[in-house]
Amino acid sequence: MPKMTVRQLTKVFGKQPQAALKLLEQGWTKEQIFKETGQSIGVNQISFSVAEGEIFVIMGLSGSGKSTLIRLCNRLIEPTTGSVQIDGEELIGMKPAHLREVRRRKLGMVFQNFALFPQRTVRENIEFGLEIQQVPHGLRQEKAREALALVGLSEWENAFPDQLSGGMRQRVGLARALANNPDILLMDEAFSALDPLIRKDMQDELLELQLTMKKTILFITHDLHEALRLGDRIALMKDGRFIQVGRPEEIMTDPADEFVKKFVEDADLSKVLVAKHVMKRAEAITPDKGARVALQLMMDNGVSSLYIVDKKRTLLGLVTAYDVSLAINTGESLETMMKKDIPSVGPDARLNSLFPLMADLHVPIAVVGEERRLLGVIVKGAVLGGLVGKVNPQQGAEVMPHGFRA
Amino acid sequence: MDSVPKLPIGEWVERIVEALGQHKGILFDPIAIIISGMVTYFTEVLAAIPSVILILLFGALAWVFGGRSSMFFTLLGLFLIANLGYWDETVETLGLVIASALLSITVGIPAGIACARSDTFTKLVMPLLDLMQTMPAFVYLIPAIFFFGLGEVPGVIASVIFALPPIVRFTNLGIRQVPPELAEAADAFGSSRWQKLMKVQLPLAKTTIMAGVNQCIMLALSMVVIAAMIGAKGLGADVYRAVSQVDIGKGFEAGLSIVIIAIVLDRISQHAKQKERKAL
Ligand SMILES: Nc1ncnc2c1ncn2[C@@H]1O[C@H](COP(=O)(O)OP(=O)(O)OP(=O)(O)O)[C@@H](O)[C@H]1O
Ligand SMILES: [Mg+2]
Repeated sequence: MPKMTVRQLTKVFGKQPQAALKLLEQGWTKEQIFKETGQSIGVNQISFSVAEGEIFVIMGLSGSGKSTLIRLCNRLIEPTTGSVQIDGEELIGMKPAHLREVRRRKLGMVFQNFALFPQRTVRENIEFGLEIQQVPHGLRQEKAREALALVGLSEWENAFPDQLSGGMRQRVGLARALANNPDILLMDEAFSALDPLIRKDMQDELLELQLTMKKTILFITHDLHEALRLGDRIALMKDGRFIQVGRPEEIMTDPADEFVKKFVEDADLSKVLVAKHVMKRAEAITPDKGARVALQLMMDNGVSSLYIVDKKRTLLGLVTAYDVSLAINTGESLETMMKKDIPSVGPDARLNSLFPLMADLHVPIAVVGEERRLLGVIVKGAVLGGLVGKVNPQQGAEVMPHGFRA
Repeated sequence: MDSVPKLPIGEWVERIVEALGQHKGILFDPIAIIISGMVTYFTEVLAAIPSVILILLFGALAWVFGGRSSMFFTLLGLFLIANLGYWDETVETLGLVIASALLSITVGIPAGIACARSDTFTKLVMPLLDLMQTMPAFVYLIPAIFFFGLGEVPGVIASVIFALPPIVRFTNLGIRQVPPELAEAADAFGSSRWQKLMKVQLPLAKTTIMAGVNQCIMLALSMVVIAAMIGAKGLGADVYRAVSQVDIGKGFEAGLSIVIIAIVLDRISQHAKQKERKAL
């Protein structure tokens, strides 16, 4: 079961939401409805679900409804229609006391402008959620200190927010949300107010924390690079709707429409794509087959080198056409002729980390999985192809079912 | 114009007051008892403290809240009043002002909170506050005397009517000025309305509310002469007597005492706030 499921969620700002809702169902656009009724559509019939431990990024231009959407998810804004379920429990229509309980236990929120309480010290800020839950003083302090240590601000527990830098303030904001130990973190442009270097630090820190915490995170940003770095999946939002939802590489290589295309145009693909996206099928042979079979295989496939693998496809080495012909002439086995020291990378290596490897290599790079099993091969052409958006069709087909087009 | 008959507003008000007057005892006696009890209490407590000690105490308060120069002014000013022989009257005036301010605060802060919560309530209350501040005091003194008789009770009521509006306004303003993100943060963590009010809104509105309290005290003090006209005791009574006897010297001395009290109370209440921390 997904951690969180949102169905047909809609928010109309204005006095006659029902009238606007009817028009929405008839397929009117946000703009038309505003002209006709003066009602403003914040979020328009959005559906999605987020799996436990997933980072789901929502990206879109200013005014596209991102903040409205995330606030509908904890009902800081009351939706006009639709459903929000957390662990299968419906939030919409839930009694206030029950809703408070869910907010306390399951939902943490981090704000763009930090929203720290200025009259409280760093530690008192972090204790806020626990104080609301009437956790006893001693336990509260202990948990606040743990959360502070987690974000590396232990020294600062008695400082006031206005004595901290932006990056530190946002760490406090994060610690405040984490102190409650919520299952879900709602982060509305949490890093947008930070300058680029600190922002990157915070992204790294979040990813690192996520390795151990495994929170379900809804992260809003209008920055593509941030979305690509953090997101397990990314939703592109425009005029209150999702235009496309998918994994980062899908968004990059297969944009659903012109809008998405424009959005991703300036992104650096090499930071998104990984080895498995651009690798090709590797031609390989087991050593017992002999040099003549190897030569035939090379000619049939038009390749100038061949990988040597054992029965379980564990990579043993590589032979070039020259090695093979030498083996035929001298009668040596393929195993003695092959080069053992060959370049290889894991399937999740980013393309930009391959560039230095490729610059001074004349042989392709092997992609190996667990126990050095040969998965594929990367040739220079494929990397360049990947950078202009051509992704290996096999791998593309494999990732497709996870995403869908809105 | 003449074809429209005159609206009998005056008559209506008279009728209402008369109707209320018939149940005067049940309605107004408890109020009168509370008010005169408060005034008496504060006056007697202050009077029980020897004047020198009380003056030093005020000096200490001024030092804590306003710093060295405030302290010097307070000590000098209050000793001057004592020297002029107006100390007993000053204590009576202080009792009146403290009772009025306290009543205004007890009514005003909850009313201000209610305003901050509801736009409709605000729309209803604001014209009433305007009326309270602009209507000449004598106009509501008449029914006040009718209900409560002469003495300090109608005086306090007149003071409260005049001094209450800033508290309501400033409390409303202070809470509405709390950055929406902070109120949102309180909600997001699952605060109840009460928790949000006590832990976020009121602490953040404190400075603004204190400005309202300061104004309230000043306005209550400004009513002491009018209160004296309907029988309240204190410095106001001296001023009033001096005016009716055309005694310029006495009038000036009593007037000066009121001004000194005003400045002292202003210094203390204006700075009765912690170092403010900027909202982020
Ligand atoms: N309280 C409101 N009343 C009326 N319209 C609103 C309200 N809040 C938001 N809107 C409208 O809803 C739309 C979405 O706003 P929202 O704040 O969700 O956008 P956003 O994607 O978060 O933008 P940004 O990147 O600037 O934060 C906008 O057109 C906005 O004008
Ligand atoms: Mg926003």
